Amino acid sequence: MSQPAELNIDRVAELSRLALTPEEKTRFAAQLGSILGHIEQLAKVDVSGIEPTAHAFPLNNVWAADVAQPGLAVSAALLNAPAQRDHMIVVPKVVD
Amino acid sequence: MSAPLHFQTIAELSAKLAAGQLSAVELTQAIIARTKAIEPRVHAFNSFDEPAALALAAASDTRRSAGQSSGALDGIPVGLKDVIAVAGQPLTASSKMLANFVSPYDATVTQKLQRAGAVLHGRLNCDEFAMGSSTENSAFGPSSNPWDLTRTPGGSSGGSAAALAAGAAVATLGSDTGGSIRQPAALCGLVGLKPTYGLISRYGLIAYASSLDQIGPFARTVEDAAIMLGAIAGHDPRDSTSFKTAIPDYRAELKTRRSPWKLGVPKEYFGAGLDPEVGAAVEKAIAFYRSQGCEIREISLPHTQYCLDTYYIIATAEASSNLARYDGIRYGHRTSAAKDLLDVYQKSRAEGFGDEVKRRIILGTYVLSSGYYDAYYLRAQKVRTLIRQDFLNAYREVDALITPTSPIPAFKLGEKSADPLAMYLCDIYTIGVNLAGLPALSLPCGFTQSGLPIGLQLIGQPFREADLLATAHSYEQAHGWNTQFPSL
Repeated sequence: MSQPAELNIDRVAELSRLALTPEEKTRFAAQLGSILGHIEQLAKVDVSGIEPTAHAFPLNNVWAADVAQPGLAVSAALLNAPAQRDHMIVVPKVVD
Repeated sequence: MSAPLHFQTIAELSAKLAAGQLSAVELTQAIIARTKAIEPRVHAFNSFDEPAALALAAASDTRRSAGQSSGALDGIPVGLKDVIAVAGQPLTASSKMLANFVSPYDATVTQKLQRAGAVLHGRLNCDEFAMGSSTENSAFGPSSNPWDLTRTPGGSSGGSAAALAAGAAVATLGSDTGGSIRQPAALCGLVGLKPTYGLISRYGLIAYASSLDQIGPFARTVEDAAIMLGAIAGHDPRDSTSFKTAIPDYRAELKTRRSPWKLGVPKEYFGAGLDPEVGAAVEKAIAFYRSQGCEIREISLPHTQYCLDTYYIIATAEASSNLARYDGIRYGHRTSAAKDLLDVYQKSRAEGFGDEVKRRIILGTYVLSSGYYDAYYLRAQKVRTLIRQDFLNAYREVDALITPTSPIPAFKLGEKSADPLAMYLCDIYTIGVNLAGLPALSLPCGFTQSGLPIGLQLIGQPFREADLLATAHSYEQAHGWNTQFPSL
């Protein structure tokens, strides 16, 4: 199936922060085109006057006492850091 | 003649433990031996901690000999889907992104099972980030169905189903976002329960689609599922979507709650695409309930045809947001090929995620993006309201719904992996339940001529799991499907 005009795979990949290969772009665009073709049938449903559902059982105003709770120890928080030094996560240089 | 130890139920084994006929260490050793025997063929586990399991079992025996047993789960080996955190243990979501991740904390369900004395022995394979219906999206290779090793155990909680069906655990936990507990339970001949949204804390569950995800048990029998549910249910201040609701003694309620019930048969769940053998087995189960005095009424859920599309918009939108946290900075895979910060994000994610995860992130990002939000995401949320109303309307007429769990029995590994849409259709009878937040369970209702298990789905009313379990129990007591085991 060809890529629908509106799915700009380059743009969506950029928004998704995914570096895709040209082969992946072609393949995903075709597969997503077919899925979006299926999804188009939702346009047929009359939803006028219908409220959206974000959760099946919405709970509003769930309060917790404003009291400090113990958090993760530094060693636990850094347990999975790809790179660390002096109790901090090392990241690539962002300013030249 | 009783089944081999590794195929016995929690109810049977806990009675033996309580009577001193068996120790938790002996039981755990038997499960470890069984796991070693089947794992090269089934590949149900991502990781297995033998010393930790034996230490937990020894602690259970010590408690018991001091007269301080914690109840039915004390000393019982239970496996967890590899999306549920256990402090100090690997937690991968079957993704390269988290291949080396070690959980710094416990999920709430983990703490509850530990308090109940369960021996948490391993983390079970699944589709990557719980996205899929076959475990073929696991970065560590698929699991096999113990009933036919050339077939999938289903997914996404396929390892949880395969391990239990093969006797490598006495019960397991999975998570169900669109059918990921019920469909593998059906394909592997097990009981699988997806509780009401909000009954079980999601704290410590790796998020896929937060408004749909729910943890639930796999078990050999309805009674075992009731025991597991009782252990993990309940409000948790660490999950703001968890409900404050009284938790009954689900196991005790099995003995007191009785049919007849009014059962609804939604006609939309018996249409094109339903395998004739599956349809016939479900019809027989319906006939059984009728013979027991249940009133059977055909009902309609008119928006059923829109469930799949609604689900794939809402689930992928939530996934694209949830998985934004995997950026290569604080934890997870970080690329070694980046030139700048944007490159770190884009390459780490490209290297860490597999195809299905990428597809869903892209689809979810697209439906949320400026200019398309109203047409896709907002519209899907409105259709979700209509789908939910369909179920609530049905419950004015009937007490529960009875349907097939999966349109087809276990399919061949590789059969659908090249066609995402064909794979998505596996969930056609299960996703409406997640969109509506309802409880539902799958239980065995027969076998195909070639010996593959068939699953029956019962869909209940919010927070009425006790009724649902009692309805399933009455069917199970009159049949013996769960006393058959795969020969491997």
